[in-house]
Amino acid sequence: MLIVNSPVVETIQIHENIFIQKILSPEIAHNSNPGQFLNIRVSETANPLLRRPFSICDVEGDNIFIMFNIMGEGTKILACKQPGSSVDILGPLGNGFNLDDDFEIAVIVAGGLGSAPFPYLTRKIGKSKKIISFVGGRSKNDLITYSMMNFLTSTDDGSEGFKGNVVKLLEENRDKLDKEKIKIFGCGPNAMLKSLKDFSIKYDYNCEISTESAMACGFGICQGCPIESTQNPDKYLLVCKDGPVFNVKDVNL
Amino acid sequence: MSDIDLSVNIGKFKLRNPIMLASGTVGYGNEISEFSDLNKLGAIVTKSLSLKPRKGNPPQRIVETPSGMLNAIGLANVGVDIFLKEKIPFLKKYDVPLVCNIAASTVEEYVECTRILDSEETIKAFEINVSCPNVKDGGLQFGNDIKAVGLVTSKVRAVTNKPLIIKLSPNVSYISEFAQVVKNEGGDAVSAINTLVGTAFNIITKKPKLYNVNGGLSGPAIKPVALAKVLEISRKVDIPIIGIGGIMNWKDVIEFMIAGASAIQIGTLNFIDPAAPERMIKELEDYCLSNQLNKISDLTASYLI
Repeated sequence: MLIVNSPVVETIQIHENIFIQKILSPEIAHNSNPGQFLNIRVSETANPLLRRPFSICDVEGDNIFIMFNIMGEGTKILACKQPGSSVDILGPLGNGFNLDDDFEIAVIVAGGLGSAPFPYLTRKIGKSKKIISFVGGRSKNDLITYSMMNFLTSTDDGSEGFKGNVVKLLEENRDKLDKEKIKIFGCGPNAMLKSLKDFSIKYDYNCEISTESAMACGFGICQGCPIESTQNPDKYLLVCKDGPVFNVKDVNL
Repeated sequence: MSDIDLSVNIGKFKLRNPIMLASGTVGYGNEISEFSDLNKLGAIVTKSLSLKPRKGNPPQRIVETPSGMLNAIGLANVGVDIFLKEKIPFLKKYDVPLVCNIAASTVEEYVECTRILDSEETIKAFEINVSCPNVKDGGLQFGNDIKAVGLVTSKVRAVTNKPLIIKLSPNVSYISEFAQVVKNEGGDAVSAINTLVGTAFNIITKKPKLYNVNGGLSGPAIKPVALAKVLEISRKVDIPIIGIGGIMNWKDVIEFMIAGASAIQIGTLNFIDPAAPERMIKELEDYCLSNQLNKISDLTASYLI
């Protein structure tokens, strides 16, 4: 966990409102795992005041990548950063995906901007494991398949791929998931994560999800990002410190 | 090494410098120690402790607002027993004065918490939170009730000889009247201010953004309010003040001291730049040097009005 000032290398617009930013940050790059996140301060002024949390989208050599859409002032400032201007990064934060489990096929399930952590996961395990990716969005403009391997798509409006949500698409393809040892990795809107959890429990798949929450600090002191624990109903887990990646069995969504 | 004396006294409570870390923004010290040498700081104040563990409010607990943030954590904490068993051993390793912040729903609970914690020698002072705006489980809103603040002060005073600081609510007409009651009932100091009550709505769903509806506003947005409250107390009541509210840099520290604070607490900034408080110590020293000030404590209430 470090605080570093790192220069932006380039910002690429990959969709109407989706940006990938490449940042030169060896200290962070060499210590990150897929599923971890960064809390980024986009300006030194008091407005916006707080850092913004971003999944580590990818790591290549000394560079890290983040993926975002413009939601408000913070992401607008970020999208306008010129190469060479710096961002203040706190990270890497939280627990990433557990890749030591016994699995042969990684099944990636992403909804909308939930694709963000998967380019890095794909890079990390793509050579040693088989990957099948399921990518969903409201319509074809919301489908983010950047750096994904072996993917099928779904859209709510049917403008591309399977018509329906991404968990339905997954269920349609269950014959592909039955033969070998499967581990599911999910990220996306809460409704999607809920139905992915139901699906995984129904068919007894090992499934980890990356969750998100409003938060201030990102490292456990503000207590701003509670998530309900299935093990201990008397105490919340924190998305930032206990997560953001959880086994679906451990959290109530 | 310069000869600048950065030490300050909050009544009988002596600190090596005026920089304290505010309750609820340092947890129990362990996370912040990764960014900052706790031993260099004036003091740290724990997350509010209650007699029993508290789960806190469901999400959403945090909303950013212009130059500030609303929080409604709901006093999530481990409770005094687990604090003593599991958190104190880490804090014992440091030489930084530890202030325990206590929150409760009844006078008896305040007294009981203080009594239990008083024998732990690592704890150097108590700060009584009479003003958390985010808890509503039947307890009194002590902070708005001048008699309740007086009663809590006198009852807690009776069970501890350690420095007793009462953290005051800004959500009152005249904060100085509360500070006067604290003084009359034996409190050693006041900290001012706790957060201001605020809320925010989602304009599509028409629902409040916070589960708790209301939250406490903190950050630079509240600094002018906090300064005015510190000044009000300073002009009306002879009691040491710990200034809190939106401090973002060393200049803000100086400003609070001029307005009447003997020491200050840094809160929201710890979420954004947890290494900043330690940096400020050197910057305060530089200010003193360039302003021919031998003792930083001479700044307290040095306003010219």
